[in-house]
Amino acid sequence: MYAALWRFLPGPSWVRALTCVVLVAVVVAVLFEWGFPAIAEVLPFNDNTVG
Amino acid sequence: MIRRAVGVVGELLITAGVLVLLFVAWQLWWTDVTSNRSQEQIVRALDEGFASGRDTGAALHDAFPELGEADAFAVIRIPRFGADFARPVIEGVGRPVLALGVGHYEGSASPGAVGNFAVAGHRTTYGRPFHEIDTLRDGDRVIVETAPTVYVYEITGREIVRPWQTEVIAPVPDSPGTKPTERMITMTSCHPKYSATERFVTHGRLVEAVPRAKWRLADWSTVEG
Repeated sequence: MYAALWRFLPGPSWVRALTCVVLVAVVVAVLFEWGFPAIAEVLPFNDNTVG
Repeated sequence: MIRRAVGVVGELLITAGVLVLLFVAWQLWWTDVTSNRSQEQIVRALDEGFASGRDTGAALHDAFPELGEADAFAVIRIPRFGADFARPVIEGVGRPVLALGVGHYEGSASPGAVGNFAVAGHRTTYGRPFHEIDTLRDGDRVIVETAPTVYVYEITGREIVRPWQTEVIAPVPDSPGTKPTERMITMTSCHPKYSATERFVTHGRLVEAVPRAKWRLADWSTVEG
């Protein structure tokens, strides 16, 4: 899977590596900003109220 | 072919593991970073508003649309948690509110009023305002600043209850239906840390209401023991 991605990316190795770093950063940013907050909504362990 | 399929499954499993670890990092670390930043900003705005007499509500709602209809109306200071410990108190106890500060149970008494001023705050994550709620001792002060008046409460007791035991935030704590005569404060948080099976509840009683013009934090910020 990741080997296929590596082959698909253009340019010499260092450009591919840089592209991978950017891709990972984008995925992490999207998860931190939107993905994880949405998941945390439905998880129970952050409740601190009574009622 | 099989070798290839196993390889893909393995990569998917590793990816899933990394995603779970990322979620833990987000929950335990990043929510503190963002919530602490927001809560400091709201406290600063409230302090400015209290000092100048201007209404900072509109600016706060612009900066934090997740407040919705809720207003930040007070600052809570607990010297036991540190000399500079200050968190905003916001109307309501919904999730977006509790990420931005301490939430005031709707329908419970206003600060300083007869009855029970009941608030909830995170014990862990989202800036964890009540992380050290278990360290509060009888006699410790909890200071609730509003625009005209600063209220000083003293801790009188604590209990650990199950999440459905709403009697702890009744006007007379633990005696629902009784007509209140005292001015109480109740703080709820989750218990044990990193769990939500129980609630850590701390009660206190109003000892002083100081008009803003006469307020000096230093008079009330000593911590004994």
